[in-house]
Amino acid sequence: MKPKFLLPAAACLWALTANAGQGDLHERSLDNGMRVIVMEDHRAPTVASMVWYRAGSMDESAGTTGVAHVLEHMMFKGTAANPGDTFSRTIAAAGGRDNAFTSKDYTAYFQQLHKSRLPKALELEADRMHNLVLSDEEFAKEIRVVMEERRLRTEDQPRALLFEQMMAVAYTNSPYKWPIVGWMNDLENMTAEDARQWYQRWYTPNNAALVVVGDVAPAEVFELAQRHFGPIPPRALPVRKPQAEPPQRGIKRVKVKGPGELPYLVLGWHAPVIRDVAADWEPYALQVLAGVLDGSDAARLDNRLVKQERLAVSAGASFDAINRGPGMFFMDAVPAPGHDADELERELRAEIRKVAEQGVEEGELQRVKAQVIASQVFQRDSMFYQAMQIGMLHTVGLPFDAGDALARKLREVTAEQVREVARRYFTDDNLTVGVLEPQGGTRKASGN
Amino acid sequence: MNARFFSLLAGALACLLPLRSAWALLPIQHWTLDNGARVYFVENRALPMIDVSVDFPAGHARDSRATSGTANLAIGLMRMGAGGLSESELSARLADVGAQMSTRFDPDRSGYQLRTLSSPAEREQAVGVLARVLLEPAFPEPVLSREKERLLAGLREADTKPETTAERAFAAALFRDHPYGLRAAGELDSVPRITRDDVIAFYRRWMRSDWAVVAIMGDLSRADADALARRLTAGLPRADGPLPALAPVTPLPAAAERRIPHPASQSHILVGQPGLRRNDPDYFPLFVGNYVLGGGGFASRLVDEVRQKRGLAYSSYSYFAPYAELGPFQMGLQTKKEQADEALAVVRETLARFVREGPTEKELEAARSNLVGGFPLRIDSNRKIHDYLGTIGFYHLPLDYLDQFVPAIEAVTVEQVRDAFRRRLDPGRMVTVVVGPQPPKP
Repeated sequence: MKPKFLLPAAACLWALTANAGQGDLHERSLDNGMRVIVMEDHRAPTVASMVWYRAGSMDESAGTTGVAHVLEHMMFKGTAANPGDTFSRTIAAAGGRDNAFTSKDYTAYFQQLHKSRLPKALELEADRMHNLVLSDEEFAKEIRVVMEERRLRTEDQPRALLFEQMMAVAYTNSPYKWPIVGWMNDLENMTAEDARQWYQRWYTPNNAALVVVGDVAPAEVFELAQRHFGPIPPRALPVRKPQAEPPQRGIKRVKVKGPGELPYLVLGWHAPVIRDVAADWEPYALQVLAGVLDGSDAARLDNRLVKQERLAVSAGASFDAINRGPGMFFMDAVPAPGHDADELERELRAEIRKVAEQGVEEGELQRVKAQVIASQVFQRDSMFYQAMQIGMLHTVGLPFDAGDALARKLREVTAEQVREVARRYFTDDNLTVGVLEPQGGTRKASGN
Repeated sequence: MNARFFSLLAGALACLLPLRSAWALLPIQHWTLDNGARVYFVENRALPMIDVSVDFPAGHARDSRATSGTANLAIGLMRMGAGGLSESELSARLADVGAQMSTRFDPDRSGYQLRTLSSPAEREQAVGVLARVLLEPAFPEPVLSREKERLLAGLREADTKPETTAERAFAAALFRDHPYGLRAAGELDSVPRITRDDVIAFYRRWMRSDWAVVAIMGDLSRADADALARRLTAGLPRADGPLPALAPVTPLPAAAERRIPHPASQSHILVGQPGLRRNDPDYFPLFVGNYVLGGGGFASRLVDEVRQKRGLAYSSYSYFAPYAELGPFQMGLQTKKEQADEALAVVRETLARFVREGPTEKELEAARSNLVGGFPLRIDSNRKIHDYLGTIGFYHLPLDYLDQFVPAIEAVTVEQVRDAFRRRLDPGRMVTVVVGPQPPKP
């Protein structure tokens, strides 16, 4: 969630391999279809509590892009029982922290607090799941806040603009082509009724999961969940159309001009994500490939392009294998002064070709696997992170306890499999190239 | 991902609420090595991992305008060739055992932190790299020239951004001649002049064993922690005198306002003054009061006035960043150009009213309630506890700081907050920076 230097979508390579899953995960379904997943972590008297909705920007329609995220904002505007900002003030007074986030795949709401305050947090979450008041007045103010958010994080960020344009070009049919925050014109024309329809459509217990990680007894959490969420009646969910992406049939290129001194280059190739944890192998091999290229300071891209040959100020590769929608393998680079995006495009693609032709060394493979193993331990230090992982796996449609299996699959990847995916997916016809052309310092670059 | 309230606010809170440390369940062990290095240790066997850091009083405030960037290059280059190993070899050794090493660098401090598995082979290899980096950095000439080139490219790029432009102008106006006002990474005209000898001299001058603070958290015994601390500081030269204090930050002589044109769609607005010290008698009244003013997110007045009531900005905040000397008190927001003057007026009025009247009893109660009730969240992971160990050690805070924290918050009164804000902040003498589209000249 922090503003990232490189690709907005690029999570940590191993972000999803960490939940411990050693018998301390517990799961129930309520009668209304809501899932409840609890993980015990008794290191401190705190909890991370999250409610995940399987509704993100990929579920939107043309003309109302951004509505998933706008509704996320509106969820803090109160209910009849807890009007106005009672929700946030109550959590704050309980010493808690609360917030929410929206992605292409989901929207989630969380609280971190002392374990004794969990009942109140669940009561409030259940209330706003079905009693939200969406007034025209509050909507009119909040949509302005969202437009300021878009200005801050996209309009005035040339690399974010490039990334947005690149997605719009790389995808033809998939709703992954839309920015999560929405197009500005769609925001300008959004109404409170659009938000109400979104809420009616997707905010129902059978489209939601509660994830609690912390110093709790699972039976007590199930009982609390039943008491607060159990009475909420389910509604039938709309049919979700696959909106599959047709095969790409030739290289795509997009250029964006913006203020700045340094060019920026992003390459994206369509690639398969994990649908069957046990049977799939290619997504894991692609993750290991990203690790060999950019998994540490010792990895290939940084070592050759930045340190040895000094062609780039930075260079990276990333692959997120856990999505509801289609996957994309990214590479990016900031050319060093005196070098340009064309040259870096050749160099990045040469690194892929090298793997396709010569494979990877056993030592490189072992290095990536060592990082997977260590990350599994390190990430247990954060309850919040563990709750994120469980919620994300479940919400994209994978088993919520797949963390260990995912790590095992990564460790089983062979050098030949890495070579095979490098041969298979990195073709010209499968590639989109995005280039940011800097227009200099504070000279006016575009008509705002 | 788009979050409703992203890390600007989290960052502000982190700046503001750093410490809390030792409670009965997490006893801090502290001792001083023969070479003068101070060690702070919490043993915790819940996870098979260790966090260790070594910090020195070598932050960017040790630079001058002419040498700006030396502190940054010194700490950054230590890992790029050391103990007979190249930067690639050092990186590979860490990666081969899955260890993570990073620098800490702020106005007061610089240092390294390492996170490693506690199993013997992994730990030995990771600690071996950190020891080389701390004790035997080579500062290779070609690496220095490359890093200067990358740094300059990054500075030029950053200078095109409205947020960087605003932060730089704000720090310069707030701190004037004080080194807290220098650009942390270095200045465009000073970096090219920095030589290998300068960097080595900086390392030798400030990386002294008596000034080192070693913080260790995790799966090892006290005896092992002691051996680890000795190994990471062995051979560092001793100081030849007391640690030179930084100059005090002087009060602003008058209000200052800078408007800097920029083609961005939003104006970036910063307002502030020199704020408070780490060891400050007004620390708790200002800290608790700021929660009400602009540190408490949706519970704060700035968010209520700017965002909730008027929809003027996505983020608006205030914080005190406490340093060895007076760190910044800063309020900020971003809003589209047409609204910049309205938003600035709201910020000024919110501050003036808060300084004049202080918080209400109800607001103060909400603040105390959050800070006291949320206290367990500050120490619920190894990483958080380790961070506090480093801060307690570096700023010589009491080992029972954590025990004092909750009572100190509970004791703060409305009158104390009003009194502290009135004495410490003068709304009529603020630095104001507005970067963004300027209204057309008549």
